[in-house]
Amino acid sequence: MTYRVGEPVTVAARAHSGHHRTPSYIKGKTGRIEGVHARFRNPETRAYGDQGLPEMPLYLVSFARSDLWPEPCAGGGHRVYVDVFEHWLEEAK
Amino acid sequence: MERGVHDRGGVPTDEPIDRSEHTLEDWEVLTDALVGALARRGVMNVDELRRGIEGMPREEYVQASYYERWLFSMESILTEKGVLAAGELDRRAAG
Repeated sequence: MTYRVGEPVTVAARAHSGHHRTPSYIKGKTGRIEGVHARFRNPETRAYGDQGLPEMPLYLVSFARSDLWPEPCAGGGHRVYVDVFEHWLEEAK
Repeated sequence: MERGVHDRGGVPTDEPIDRSEHTLEDWEVLTDALVGALARRGVMNVDELRRGIEGMPREEYVQASYYERWLFSMESILTEKGVLAAGELDRRAAG
């Protein structure tokens, strides 16, 4: 596991035409590691009939709502929690 | 960056989110059971199911209900794997 709880990380801003579980609204955004779930088979290859190995670490990452959507709203201080695989994470920019 | 039809988190809309529940119909329960059985037999997995849903034509995806998307995906993935012949389900349903 490369990242530790509390560490800031930036989600890779790359496009990916095939199946992947990284939603667009966090790509390129910086958040914070909140938890390390475990290693899981990679859905990006498993979605095409592959075994999905090696297993990839999956993290719980939080983002400030205002970093994802800058418009003021009632949930101003909220954080958004997303499960993200390690190969989508980079050192915080 | 181009996003898939399913990748809609944060897409602006003025439409309220439909949070209503409905009693599942028999075909929906059977669809759920079929996907579970296919996964346990190792015929197709949940990531393939997701890929099949994400590969739906945009107009059909938007129109389809939750389990209609599952059915669409199951048919296309099983056809891709050669478990079903192209058009086989339509022929059986008609016959």
